[in-house]
Amino acid sequence: MELIFAILIGFFFGFVLQKVGAANPQKIIDMLRLKDFHLMKAIFTGIGLSSLLLFTFLALGWADVGHLSVKSAYVGVIIGGALMGLGWAISGFCPGTGLVAAGALRKDAPFFILGGLLGAFIFTLLYGALKATALFTTLGGKVTLAETGSEKYSALLPTFPALALAGALGILFMAIAWFLPNEPVHSARSLDDTIVSSGQ
Amino acid sequence: MKKLLFAKQWNWKVSGIMLGISFVLAVVAVKPIGVSTQFVILDGIIMDLFAGDTVVEDAEAASGYSSPNAYLNKSGGKYAKNIAKPMNYSFIFVLAMVAGGFVAARLSTSKPDTADQLSPPVWRKKFGSSPVKRCAVVFIGGFLVLFGSRLAGGCTSGHMMSGMMQTSLSGYLFAAGAFAVAVPTAMLMYRKEK
Repeated sequence: MELIFAILIGFFFGFVLQKVGAANPQKIIDMLRLKDFHLMKAIFTGIGLSSLLLFTFLALGWADVGHLSVKSAYVGVIIGGALMGLGWAISGFCPGTGLVAAGALRKDAPFFILGGLLGAFIFTLLYGALKATALFTTLGGKVTLAETGSEKYSALLPTFPALALAGALGILFMAIAWFLPNEPVHSARSLDDTIVSSGQ
Repeated sequence: MKKLLFAKQWNWKVSGIMLGISFVLAVVAVKPIGVSTQFVILDGIIMDLFAGDTVVEDAEAASGYSSPNAYLNKSGGKYAKNIAKPMNYSFIFVLAMVAGGFVAARLSTSKPDTADQLSPPVWRKKFGSSPVKRCAVVFIGGFLVLFGSRLAGGCTSGHMMSGMMQTSLSGYLFAAGAFAVAVPTAMLMYRKEK
C-alpha cells in the first residue's frame, strides 16, 4: 500500500513542481533576485495552506500524529542551509526541482544530479569526522512552535492552542503571498506606481 | 481541468494550493515529503556495487542492517537498510517525481525554447550560451546544494516546506540560512552590467 502511495503522491508532486515553474531555473533565479515573486507567492501559499490544513486535521483526529517527522535544529542546519542557498542561486535548482527538471528533459539538470550525487557522497565520507564538531551543536533539537500532540517533539509555545497558533502562522504566510507584488518588477517606475496607488 | 493539465505554468494561486495539497496529502497518507536523503541512498547503492560490504545484514542493528560508514550506519542503520532494499517508500517517491515532471512537461501545449532547456535567459545574458560553462557551474551548484542539504539534514522540501508546515524550528532556521545567502548571491551573480 505504501508503495502505491509513493508512486501516486510522488508523481503528483513532481507534476505540480513542473507546472508551478519551480523546475525552471529562470523562475528560481528571478525569485532570488527579487524580480519575479510568482514562486515566492506560491511557496508562501503552499506552506501556509498546508500548515493550516495539517493542524486542522490533527485537531479533528483525521491525521495520525505518528506520521509527523520533525527534524532536529542544530548549527549545521543554518550553515548547511547557507551552502544549499549558494548552490541554489548559482544553478537555479534544489534537490527536488533538479530531479523534476531532469524528468522534463532539461539538458542542464543531469549535471546538477551528478554534482549532487558527488556532494552527498563527500558528505557521507566526511560525516564521521564532522559529527563531533560544533556543526552538530544543538539549537533546541526536535522542537516545533505549536504543540503537535506528539510525545516525541516538544513545543516552544505550548500554552497557545496549537490550531490557533499554527493557523495564525498559516494565514500570515498566505497574507504575505497575497501582498507580494504580482507582476515581475522590471523598473523603478512600476515600484513608483505601486507606492502612488497604495498611497491614494 | 483540461486547462490545468495542458498549461505551461499555473498562476500563483493554483500553484500555491497544489503545493499545499501535495504536502498535506503526503503527511496524512504516510509521512512528510523529503528528497535529499535519496541522493545518499543512490550513492550507497552505487558504492555497494563497487564495494560489496558497504551495507551488511546485522541482527544487532535496530534496522537489521549496518555499515562501516558512520553516516550510513546512523540511527540504527536506517540508511543502510534503505540501500539494501531500494524498493522503499521514499526512494520510489523520488523516482515517481521524475516521471511526474516528464509527463507534466510533455502535456504542455507550448514547446520550450531549445536554448532555454540548457540555460535560462538570465544566465545567457550574463555568461553567454556555452553549454560547457553552464553545465560545469550547474554541477558545482549541485555539489553545494546536496552537501549543504545533507549537513542540514534536509532540503527545500524536507526542511522548508514540510518543516515549516509542522512549525518546526529547524525549518525556519534552514529557510533563514538559505535565503540569507541565496538572495545576495543571485543579485550579485546575475546583476546587469552598466
